Formats: sequence, C-alpha cells, structure tokens
Amino acid sequence: MKHIAKKAVLPLIAFGLALFVGGLVIGFTDSRVLSKIGAPISFLKTFASTVGNAYLALFQGAIYDPNLAEGHSFLTGFYPLSQTVVNAAPLMLCGLSVAIAFKAGLFNIGAQGQFIFGAIGASYVGFHYELPIFIHVIVAITAAIVLSALWGGFVGLLKAKTGAHEVIVTIMLNYIAANFLLWILGTSNFLRPGRLDPLAPPVKDTARLPRIFGENYSVNVGIFISIFVALLFWLLLNRSTWGFKTRAVGANSSAARTAGISVQRITIGTMLIAGGLSGLAGAIHILGFQYELTSDAAGSFGFDAITVALLGRGGPVGVVLASLLFAGLRVGGTTMQANVQVPVEIVLVIQALVVLFIAAPGLIARYVKIKNLESGQEMASKGWNG
Amino acid sequence: MRNNHVISVLAKKRSRNLKIMGALSLISFIFFAYLPGESQDVTFNFVLGDEWVIIQSWIIGSKIGAYSFSALSVLFLALAFLQARKGKKLGASALAYCLSVFIAFMCWAAAGAAISVTGLLQGGLFLAIPLVFGSLSGLICERSGVINIAIEGQLLAGAFAAGVVGSLTQNVWAGLLVAPLAGALISLLLATFAIKYAVDQVILGFVINVLVIGLTSFASQRILTTDAARWNSSPIFSTIQIPILSKIPLVGPIFFSQTIIVYMLYVIVAIIQITLFKSKWGLRMRAVGELPVAAESVGIDVNKVRFRNVLIAGLVAGLGGAFFTVGSSGAFSRQMTAGMGFIALAALIFGKWTPLGAVAAALLFGFADQLRTVLSITGTPIPSEFMVMVPYIVTIIAVSGFVGKVRAPASDGIPYKRGGSH
Repeated sequence: MKHIAKKAVLPLIAFGLALFVGGLVIGFTDSRVLSKIGAPISFLKTFASTVGNAYLALFQGAIYDPNLAEGHSFLTGFYPLSQTVVNAAPLMLCGLSVAIAFKAGLFNIGAQGQFIFGAIGASYVGFHYELPIFIHVIVAITAAIVLSALWGGFVGLLKAKTGAHEVIVTIMLNYIAANFLLWILGTSNFLRPGRLDPLAPPVKDTARLPRIFGENYSVNVGIFISIFVALLFWLLLNRSTWGFKTRAVGANSSAARTAGISVQRITIGTMLIAGGLSGLAGAIHILGFQYELTSDAAGSFGFDAITVALLGRGGPVGVVLASLLFAGLRVGGTTMQANVQVPVEIVLVIQALVVLFIAAPGLIARYVKIKNLESGQEMASKGWNG
Repeated sequence: MRNNHVISVLAKKRSRNLKIMGALSLISFIFFAYLPGESQDVTFNFVLGDEWVIIQSWIIGSKIGAYSFSALSVLFLALAFLQARKGKKLGASALAYCLSVFIAFMCWAAAGAAISVTGLLQGGLFLAIPLVFGSLSGLICERSGVINIAIEGQLLAGAFAAGVVGSLTQNVWAGLLVAPLAGALISLLLATFAIKYAVDQVILGFVINVLVIGLTSFASQRILTTDAARWNSSPIFSTIQIPILSKIPLVGPIFFSQTIIVYMLYVIVAIIQITLFKSKWGLRMRAVGELPVAAESVGIDVNKVRFRNVLIAGLVAGLGGAFFTVGSSGAFSRQMTAGMGFIALAALIFGKWTPLGAVAAALLFGFADQLRTVLSITGTPIPSEFMVMVPYIVTIIAVSGFVGKVRAPASDGIPYKRGGSH
C-alpha cells in the first residue's frame, strides 16, 4: 500500500500543477478578466470565477451533473460518468499497448495505426457477415486483433531484422494506416448502400457489445474486457517467464542477450501483443460505442494513449486510472466548451503538462521537497541507434 | 582485409540496387506500357508566363511514350551495370534511369490529359518549403545529438506567432521577425528538458507537440475566431520576380518567382551546407553529436554547444512556420501544419542526416504531394490516398536499409553528463 501511495505522489502533484497552469491559460485569455486588469481585486475575483466555472463545467461534463438528476433519480446525474467510462475502455487498451512496449524498451507511437486496423477488421466482420449472437462478437474481435497484431508485429520484425527504429517506423505507419482507412472507406465493400460519403454500414446487432445499465447508458462490457486485459497484463509481465524476459530486454538488452534471451523474439512478440491490444481497443470502440466505421474512427485514442502510459507509469493500475482521468478530461472538455465557451483544447495542454512534469521529476523536486521522489521516466534515453 | 570487406559490401549493395532497378523497369513495361488498353495523347506543357524562350508543348501517345521510356530506362540500367562493374558510382546514370521510369509512369498516369510540367515543379517547390525548413531544424538538432520530434510544434508555433503579430501590426515583416523567436521558444523547452533534465527526447518531442497543438488551437478558438479582423487577418508577402533570372525558361518561374521567405531559404541552405562541413561551428556540432567525450576532452562544453544549436534549430523551423501564414494564406487555422513536421523528420532521415540530402528529400516529398493533387484533378488509375503514402513508405524502406543503410549521428538522443558517462 505504501508503495502504491509513493508512486502516486508524483502524478498527483503533476496533475495539480497542470490544472493550475491550465487555469492561468484559461484566465488570461478571457476578455472579461482582461477588461478588469486595472482593478486588482475585481480582477482576481473574475479570474477565479472564470477558471472555477470552467473546471466546474469540466467536472460536470465528466462525472456528475446535478442538472441532469433534476426531476429524475439521483443516479441520472451520473450520465456523464458513463460517457467517461465508455471512452476510457479503448484508451485503457491503447495505453496498455504503449506500456507493454515500454517494458521491452520500445516506444510504440503506432497505437493509432494499430487501432485503425482493429476498427477496420471489427467493422467489416460486424456488418458483412451473418453470424449467431456472441459468436459474431468473438469473430469480429479476433479479426481485429489479428489484423492489428500483424500491423504492429511488422514493426517488431523490421526492428529485429534490420534495426529500423520503431519510433520512425510507427510514425510513418500511422499516416499510412490513416490513408488506408480513407481509401478503404471509399471502396465498394465498405460504402454504405445509397451513400457516397466515407461511412461504412452499421455493424449488425449480433456483433454489438451488450450494454450494462440499459439502453440509456452506453456503458458496455468493453470496460470489463479492458480491465480484465489489464489484469492479464500484470500477470503476464510479473508472473510469467516471457514477462521476465521482456523486462530483462527492456532494462538492458545487451545483458539480456548475454544471458541467452533472444532479443529479436521478444521485440517481435512484444510488438505483436502491442498491436493486438490497440486493435482490441479499436474493436471495442466500434462494436461497443460507434457501431459504424468513419474516417475519424480512431479519434486521438492512439496519441492520448502515449500520455496515458506515461502518466500511468507503465503499470496496469496506473494505466487504468490514467485512462479514466484522460477520458474524463476529454468528455468533460466537450461539455465545458458547450456550456462556458472554453475550448476543449485546454485538455491537450493539461495532458501535455502532466506528462512533462512527470517526465522531469527533477523539475518538481526543485520546488517541492519530497523524500525519495521516484523518477517518472519509463525508459532510459537511448537515441536513434539504440 | 578491412578495405576489401568494405568494397565487397558496397558491391553487394550495388548489385542489389541493380536488381531492384531491373524489377522496376519490368513493372514499367508491363503496367505502364503493355497492360493499358487504348493509347491516348498526353500533353506536357512547359510554359507558365512570359519566359524568354517559349518551349513548345510536347504531345505523345501514352502507349508509345511508356514503351519508349521503359526501353530508355533499360538502356540506363545497362549503363549503370557497366559502371558498377568498373566500380564507379552510379549517380548520373541512376538519376537518368529514375527520370525515364518516371516519365513512363506519367505517360500512363496522365493518359488523355495535359500536364503543366512547370506548374507541377513550381507547386512541388511551394509544398516543400516548410519541409525544407523543418528538416534543416531537425538536422541542426540531431547533428548536435538531440533528437527533434518537435519540428511540428516549432513550425506551428512559428505559423501562429507570425499570423497573430502580422495581423495586429498589419506588417508582414513584424510577423516574419517573431516567427523564428516562437520556434526558438519551443526549442528552449526542448533544450531545457532534454539537456538539463535528461528527459527521453522522443517522449519530450511528442509531448511538446501536444502542448503546442493544444495552446495554439485553444488560442485560435478563444481569441482569433472571436475577432478575426483584428487577430487573424495578416497581410502576406507578395512574390518577387528576380530580374533576368525569373525569365529563364522552366527554371525561372520555379525558382526565381517566389516570396522573400523562399529566397531566405536558399541562403540558409547554402550557409548550413557550408558551415556544417567547413566551419568551427559545424565541426563542434558534429563532434558533440558523434562522440561527445572526445569533444569534451579538447575543452568543448558539450551541453552548451547542444543547447545553443537546439535554439538555432528552433529559429530555422520557426521561420519556416511563417510560410504558412504571412508566406501564403495570411490567416492561422488550427493544426494548419497538418503533420508536415513529421514529413520533415522523414525527409531528414531519408536524406541521411545531411543538409543536401534532407533538402533533396524534402523537395521530392513536396513534389510527390503536388503530383498527387495534379493527378487527382486530371484523373488517374491510382487512388490519391496511396500517393499520399509515398513519403512514409520510402522512409520506412530507407530506415530498414533496403536501399542503402541510413545511420543517425552516433550520440543522437543520448543525454551527456560531464566526464562522459551517461
């Protein structure tokens, strides 16, 4: 318990600081605040109320909105939380995808592309085939995982066989995947009958993930799948030989090689799994929430996943919590933009700052005196040739 | 012994390259010449404005063109083969080879249409400008030993600053002046965290991009769109026709009828190419990027050199950012750099971390992008989405070592601690 608490100190301070800086950005760009710059007291008052209202709207959009509960049961107010959880599920899986690569000393920027292939696979099986309920879901998810695992595994293969740096390759593959999605949506197989815009047919009812709290809440079993996978992730890394080898390669690949571990095999295997995890995320997003494939199906899940993995310190518990936090910020940010006209992009700023503060514990340690502040760096700097 | 080994590796690489070239010629024969059905005329135009000599348009049947240029490519291949056997470099014949295959491709892709060659090249250069600036920024950083994934953020910051200041002052020069400073500000962040706090530079660059995208998009939405007349309506630079030079057929309209930003680019490319290899600054840069321990042993302050060079790189990329606003459209829009920073990174890598290589790669990528636009208008058998992928695919091929291995500076991305341990 004490160990976990110690691990949480840095992220909490970082998040607090990021919210603070975000608040400054919101306040100093508000015209009403700026108009009072001559009078210090009313300036501070307006400043505080502007920032306070923005963050209140963010909270109401992400977790609990009392206005929604009015006239209904108390629980209705939790509708925003259900939206947060729905979005957290794919984010969690993508975060685990990035995290598992970190463990092997690899930086998987390619979650976005892998997600796209998962979404394509799940969508195609979902709308094209007639299959019995339950089996349909399994087949669709399997197709998604296989496609994306191959897409991710290709990166591992290139790295293992030719030394091509995974960061460069995954950045490029993301763009290739995004364009591939655009192209395939225009082909006759994926065009919705009667439509010309890039929009695939909706997945059949048999392929949809069941909802948990009735039709009004889009929370579906995807979140259980994601948490279950996080558990597997922990078991695999900490209780299996393969996990031990992976961590050994991540810690010091030349030492691992000397010890007789096949670094190549671990690299390829890790990227296969990482790809599969992001693909599963794509499948859950399509089968559980979106139901139809669009050119923007992947949103920014794959990129947010990197910040999730960094904030979650690469561990499954951290990733689960971080994905809930960032999904909440995203969902709440949209409400904030609608209600108090503070653009949702402030969420990106907060996200970036959190990770920046965590990645440089030296920065925080200079101003905040905490004993044994654990380094937030998930991997050692190795450079292009490493 | 060792020398023989190097030669045999080179010979092996050459023979592989020759095989790839042979396969390409075969593809060219089959797909561009043999398989297409009816032959249609292709028109290539070379005139854009009032050049001195008017080059006649060139009209050729698509099938006959594809056949003849595929055949020509085989001829150049044979020439390359002979050169390779004598152990000479393949440069010129390889270039001629590529050009013939490309023309055969164009005969097929543009069958039945008219292509303005000058317009194509001019548009290609236009699209390549931010790529060149970006890749040079990456070059200065990475040659100094600091990985720069934040090119996108530097470009975006430059574009934003130039657009806003240009609007407020209604003065293009003011916009052009602040753009490099904005880029350098992003570099300051990169340098501080990478050098002082030794944060992993790939993570850092990624996060900085998110931060800049977030901040500029936020400000754009919250301030720029509320009063666009005041905040987001910058005047733009007009093109300057260089006397005499701009009237040269083909070359003139492409290179010498541009804005001041492009002319500055020519100067910057020349300066970087010369100073990197011929000046003390360049020597130190390469030293701290390749073998910082050795650099320190002769009294160079490694981290100081790196810090300064990262800032200079920011200036260059920021200036490139100005191209988006005061250099072309005038108004800033959210995420208007649209991933160009990453294509610039690709150009740097594809250009093997050399200035001229990076510039050539950036021009090639810009050209590919323009070609896509042109062909999507004239109509072509290849989906435009696949043409967008070209820079990304060739970069993957390049880093995988299929066509000559590319190697980053030895200490690129590794933080340096005094005394040489890291």
